[in-house]
Amino acid sequence: MKFPSLKYAIPIVAGVALSFVVTGTAHAVKSGGILNLVVGSKIPSYDGHIESTFGMIHPIRPFYSLLIRINPENPSSPTDFICDICDGKVPKGADGGKSYTFKIRKGVKFHDGTPLTAHDIVATYNKIIFPPKGIASSRKAFFKMVDSVTASDDFTVVFKLKFASGAFIPAVATPFNFIYAKKDLDKNGYTWHKKNINGTGAFTFVQHQPGSFVEGKKYGNYHHKGRPYLDGFKAISAPKMALRLQAIRGDRAAIEFRGFPPKARDDLVNALGDKITVQESDWNCALFFTPNHAKKPFDDVRVRKALTLAVDRWGGSKYLSKIAIVKTVGGVAYPNHPLAATKEELIKLVGYGTDIEKNRAEARKLLKESGHEGLTFVLNNRGVDQPYKVVGTWLIGQWKKVGMNVTQQVNPSPLFYDILRKKKNFDVSIDFNCQSVINPIADVTKFLGSAGNNYGSYEDQVLEDIYDKLQKAETEAEQRKHMRAYEKRALSDQAHMGITLWWYKINPHRSYVKGWKIAPSHYLNQSLDNIWLDK
Amino acid sequence: MWQYIAKRLLLMIPTLIGAAILVFFLLRLIPGDVCELRLAGSGLYVDPAEIELCRNNLGLNDPILWQFLSFITGLFTFNFGESMFTGRPITYEIGLRFELSLQVAIMATVTATVIAIPLGTISAVKQNTWIDYVVRIFSIAGIAIPSFWLGIMIILGLLIFTQAWFGTAWMPPIDYVPIWEDPMRNLSQLIWPAVATGYRYSAVATRMTRSTLLEVLREDYVRTARAKGLLEKLIINRHALKNALLPVITIIGIEFAFLMGGLVVTEQVFNLNGLGKLFVESVLNQDFSMTQALVMIVVIVFVFTNFVIDVMYAWLDPRIRYS
Repeated sequence: MKFPSLKYAIPIVAGVALSFVVTGTAHAVKSGGILNLVVGSKIPSYDGHIESTFGMIHPIRPFYSLLIRINPENPSSPTDFICDICDGKVPKGADGGKSYTFKIRKGVKFHDGTPLTAHDIVATYNKIIFPPKGIASSRKAFFKMVDSVTASDDFTVVFKLKFASGAFIPAVATPFNFIYAKKDLDKNGYTWHKKNINGTGAFTFVQHQPGSFVEGKKYGNYHHKGRPYLDGFKAISAPKMALRLQAIRGDRAAIEFRGFPPKARDDLVNALGDKITVQESDWNCALFFTPNHAKKPFDDVRVRKALTLAVDRWGGSKYLSKIAIVKTVGGVAYPNHPLAATKEELIKLVGYGTDIEKNRAEARKLLKESGHEGLTFVLNNRGVDQPYKVVGTWLIGQWKKVGMNVTQQVNPSPLFYDILRKKKNFDVSIDFNCQSVINPIADVTKFLGSAGNNYGSYEDQVLEDIYDKLQKAETEAEQRKHMRAYEKRALSDQAHMGITLWWYKINPHRSYVKGWKIAPSHYLNQSLDNIWLDK
Repeated sequence: MWQYIAKRLLLMIPTLIGAAILVFFLLRLIPGDVCELRLAGSGLYVDPAEIELCRNNLGLNDPILWQFLSFITGLFTFNFGESMFTGRPITYEIGLRFELSLQVAIMATVTATVIAIPLGTISAVKQNTWIDYVVRIFSIAGIAIPSFWLGIMIILGLLIFTQAWFGTAWMPPIDYVPIWEDPMRNLSQLIWPAVATGYRYSAVATRMTRSTLLEVLREDYVRTARAKGLLEKLIINRHALKNALLPVITIIGIEFAFLMGGLVVTEQVFNLNGLGKLFVESVLNQDFSMTQALVMIVVIVFVFTNFVIDVMYAWLDPRIRYS
């Protein structure tokens, strides 16, 4: 049988290969030009400390700097962090991992000319970690381990931790932690940054036409000398995926940073050949199905295990990856991270065995034992094609193979969240975990019944205790050991939730866009300071 | 007459209040809220306390009657408040989009009028000839083809044919520039949605022109004109067409008002930052304050239009005002 996508294989492989060749070759960097990019989401406000959408990150992140960031030259590494505003190397923890001292770059200026000092970093992080009453901070929970943030002098910041934690450095590198000027916070208040921009990033703010575009121009005093290469950028809002795709095809935009499905990539490559370069990567997002433990029969672990046993992840990876933005089989941690399970470890978990017929026989047996043969239920799904509806439809087929009758109820996002977070009256729901910096110790809190973004309605003290040990483990080996125990408890022994597949990020872009390397999250590597145009 | 106008004006008040009650409470029946979507919608971990704080800040936890009173007060003072999603003043957000929507509505109306009146006239005059059949096929196709589909076809056609003919794929700009800043860029963006929308609009008007003209051409006074030996061209242009156009103008007027807030899908297809797109986004984002402001503006426009029509009817036909 000939698959239609095979005809695209050669150009795609050529495109990917070309991207490696290009990025690996010492091309003379060209300065100048305006990068047009398309963004599929809106900007609620400019305040990174509050917002959590890429619709804000893509157009606004280039105006700001971070204390540390993922290495833009090696963004696929989940552990390679470098200094942005700090000087030298990212510090190692002292005092048993309970103290981190950051030296701050000298000569950095905000776009309004105010010099940056350690006091700005302290004010920023105090706003993020210890916001005053009534001031929102979406990521303060990432910093539960932090006791205090102080400046020992004008260019030294010290973070004191309550306990050593491997989750601290990745939390600092989170791309939402924009550095604000203390002067702005003191003078204008903690909500000023919702509607105003004054950063130290590679670009200065020119204009924002709400619902249309954001424009930035090169910042001459940027602290990474010689950068940015671009004269400016224009982030154009385009909610419809088809239009974003056509915009790249018609060269109205050079790139879209979130990602396209495989078919869109193939269409672009087919239409434009070598004018398109494709970069692909595993994505720090996973799609789950969450049984509602508060509803019978999903309080029965045998039924939950049957749900996960029926799903052919290895087969799904092979075929779904041709039509949807999912690909990799994985456990609770991001697949390429040192803390993630290897294939040998994965196949020991319930539902991950490679012999699907054996798994499904076991599922039928468990359903019979629990008295729920021919189980009928409704799958709550989100009205978004990629990858929710595609994977939801696939799941129904998988469950049907063990005799379950499942109806998919596709709801618009507001209703989907209402059912998940308020009504909590679903049988089984699609759910997802999509994070920015790969920080498995923080990311896996999703599986804790006590977590604010867990919708399974269960309590599992054993799992909470394992997590406590994981959070406080100091060495990677220890962390790995606890992560396996945590994974086994959550996915296998209790089957609290089922992971379908991890997402797969595909970024086809105009080949003249150079210097940008794909990261495992659409939130990362968005400072645009390393991009140049080979026109 | 003045008593009639006063009565009609007074009737507008309960209509507006009724619409406001419906809009406000129906929106509150929709499950979910803007804070859930804005903070938890991207899958990142968010502290539930932050979502609650967001609700408090937006007044979503205030008593429902208090929220309603604020809305009604705002409505009568034309202060719609701030968007729950972006935090910007609603009048500013609407003002930004109004210009684009108005321009597209005008261009579509001009396109429709330029096509519809000559084609409808020719079709009626050449009834049951091949010309009439071609025009009827053209106009029925226009009614049958949705504007958004035609829009997609236009963009794809431009991409494919420009690449085939010139080696580089071209599509209309996707970011709006006002006509006085860059007329060429502005027109190269807006001409296509105007054509896509204007075609459907013209199809309706063509059918209407044809049928009313056929009716008028059978009137006694036209027969009399012909009997007097008047030139056919003069009969059609001076006597028949003028009378036949009255219902056509009504349709054009209604369609124009509809276009101002109704280009929901076409604006998405061409990435136009107009009122229709704002409407869709506000509904998707559960931005209640924005949705209710937009709905109320549409209601006000329609109530006012109806008022003007009522007054005109009364002026034209005294039987109405005396009844």
